[in-house]
Amino acid sequence: MKQKFNIITSTCIPLPLENVDTDQIIPARFLKATTREEKFFGDNLFRDWRYNPDGSLNKDFVLNDPTYSGQILVAGKNFGSGSSREHAAWAIAGYGFRVVVSSFFADIHKNNELNNFVLPVVVSEGFLKELFDSIYANPKMEVEVNLPEQTITNKATGKSEKFEINAYKKHCLMNGLDDIDFLVENKDKIEAFEASRK
Amino acid sequence: MANTLFDKIWDAHVVQKVEDGPTQLYIDRLYCHEVTSPQAFAGMRARGLKCFRPERIFCMPDHNTPTHDQDKPIEDPVSKTQVDTLAKNAADFGLTHFGMMNKKNGIIHVVGPERGLTLPGMTIVCGDSHTSTHGAMGAVAFGIGTSEVEMVMASQCILQARPKTMRITIDGKLGKGVTAKDVALYMMSKMTTSGATGYFVEYAGEAVRSLTMEGRLTLCNLSIEMGARGGMIAPDEVTFEYIKGREYAPKGEEWDKALAYWKTLKSDDDAVFDKEVRYDAADIQPMITYGTNPGMGMGITSNIPTTEGMSDVEKGSFEKSMHYMGFQAGESLLGKKVDYVFLGACTNGRIEDFRAFASLVKGRKKADNIIAWLVPGSWMVDEQIRQEGLDKILEEAGFEIRQPGCSACLAMNDDKIPAGKYAVSTSNRNFEGRQGPGSRTLLASPLTAAAAAVTGVITDPRTLM
Repeated sequence: MKQKFNIITSTCIPLPLENVDTDQIIPARFLKATTREEKFFGDNLFRDWRYNPDGSLNKDFVLNDPTYSGQILVAGKNFGSGSSREHAAWAIAGYGFRVVVSSFFADIHKNNELNNFVLPVVVSEGFLKELFDSIYANPKMEVEVNLPEQTITNKATGKSEKFEINAYKKHCLMNGLDDIDFLVENKDKIEAFEASRK
Repeated sequence: MANTLFDKIWDAHVVQKVEDGPTQLYIDRLYCHEVTSPQAFAGMRARGLKCFRPERIFCMPDHNTPTHDQDKPIEDPVSKTQVDTLAKNAADFGLTHFGMMNKKNGIIHVVGPERGLTLPGMTIVCGDSHTSTHGAMGAVAFGIGTSEVEMVMASQCILQARPKTMRITIDGKLGKGVTAKDVALYMMSKMTTSGATGYFVEYAGEAVRSLTMEGRLTLCNLSIEMGARGGMIAPDEVTFEYIKGREYAPKGEEWDKALAYWKTLKSDDDAVFDKEVRYDAADIQPMITYGTNPGMGMGITSNIPTTEGMSDVEKGSFEKSMHYMGFQAGESLLGKKVDYVFLGACTNGRIEDFRAFASLVKGRKKADNIIAWLVPGSWMVDEQIRQEGLDKILEEAGFEIRQPGCSACLAMNDDKIPAGKYAVSTSNRNFEGRQGPGSRTLLASPLTAAAAAVTGVITDPRTLM
């Protein structure tokens, strides 16, 4: 869903696992939908970790632990690997996350998050480790993600890091614009390119 | 200036570089399957757009298709709706569609090359991470999300950051029983599932050159499992010979013109890659995975690693994985009982894979404890199987051939591995629940799958060759 992104200050949900693949974020059996209802995908985010095989809640999984809440998901390195399914980004957005923090993202999933107005924030291994420690020490601690300044701040320690995002995508996120708006305005350039290849 | 193969193709497709942003890249082919396209078509309708270049878009269902009775309506109503939706969307937007039971249908990454739709020098995208497969023909091919599918429908272009380049050279000759699949699983075990993230990989070296077209497609298919944006191999006589005469390939004068261009598609001798990696083919043996990501693989005679030297987060992820698989750190997998064998998928559903499987089961019988699903990647592969008489060999050994589709690779149809059961699978991912909730997947080559199928346990295929 198109929405403008500026500064988000929120508590965090920790998921200290590496290589969280998109099959875990949203299992294949939920990809049969032909519409883009974020609530449906959000309800099934991490489905097989959130629920036991008999359908009951897995109380050990962090999304079912009332201690933790917030709009920021903090995960181990190589988040979103595997399948290109954008449904994973829809599920993350549908659950209510606006930011995912990790030390490393898989390429396709990172683009999918950006195209759904979820901000992937890449931090250093050291910052990530300290962030997990801060969250476990105080689940109510907040993190500020400032897109205009491209900074993320651990408010428990006061430490900040700069994060990368290209100027074009930053402009899109801050103004609620997507790539298709840009591309369809460029048709003359595309036609000129096609003519030049002949 | 010296250029890599990737640079040559990418640069030839740049419409413009967005200031302080991505590149607007022209796309020669968009492939669409039923799972990742419906929301893109819906988006096009909502914006009131038509497909900008419908003749460049090819659609076919593959993920949901049952592997039996394809002439009857799909029983699962949700799967049926998704497959029917693709047919309707293709008709509404004027796109080519190879529906179920059409002899051109099959897994999109098997059909593209075998029909001559995928050609050297092209840019190719699909809402599917295994689009990297097509790079084997000397194309720049990569998987994209549904929003990006919509971009290409609307403008035949995509906005992408230019990836870095990596060359992986595999020197020497592959040993007995070592296939393209083993090479890929070996590379993943060395590089991890994120080792090539941010890079576009070119595979080179004697071991790569000596692969058949099918083997090259398998190798490039698995590029994404190292995190790579894509993988590619410079086209050569093997490629040209494979393409010639295929349905959508250029003919006559067009062929000569195309061939002259394709012959220029190789990295210049002094081209510089952002990263170079070398492996020795002699170090690679038949591989098998023991964990829940494709990087967790080892030589079939090796032991599962121990947690020594792992960080806390690494250890947590590893132990979660071992618990899921029901394995112990440090143990060997040889002789472990297997329940299912799956031959197929865009990774290993081609004719060469069926030849390899048949060569090993010939004169033997399927083990009683094994349920085997043999699923050709397309109707064309099915036809080749029958023309070559492989069907007879397989049937005599107690195997049946199913109808084409993605099948148990991700279990969106009825081909699900039950919870707790072990499957030796020629597919591409061993993630938790990938082949059905609770399923336990061991990735391997068609030869290793065949060895498990006839012995009922994990077996080094070289002992049966």
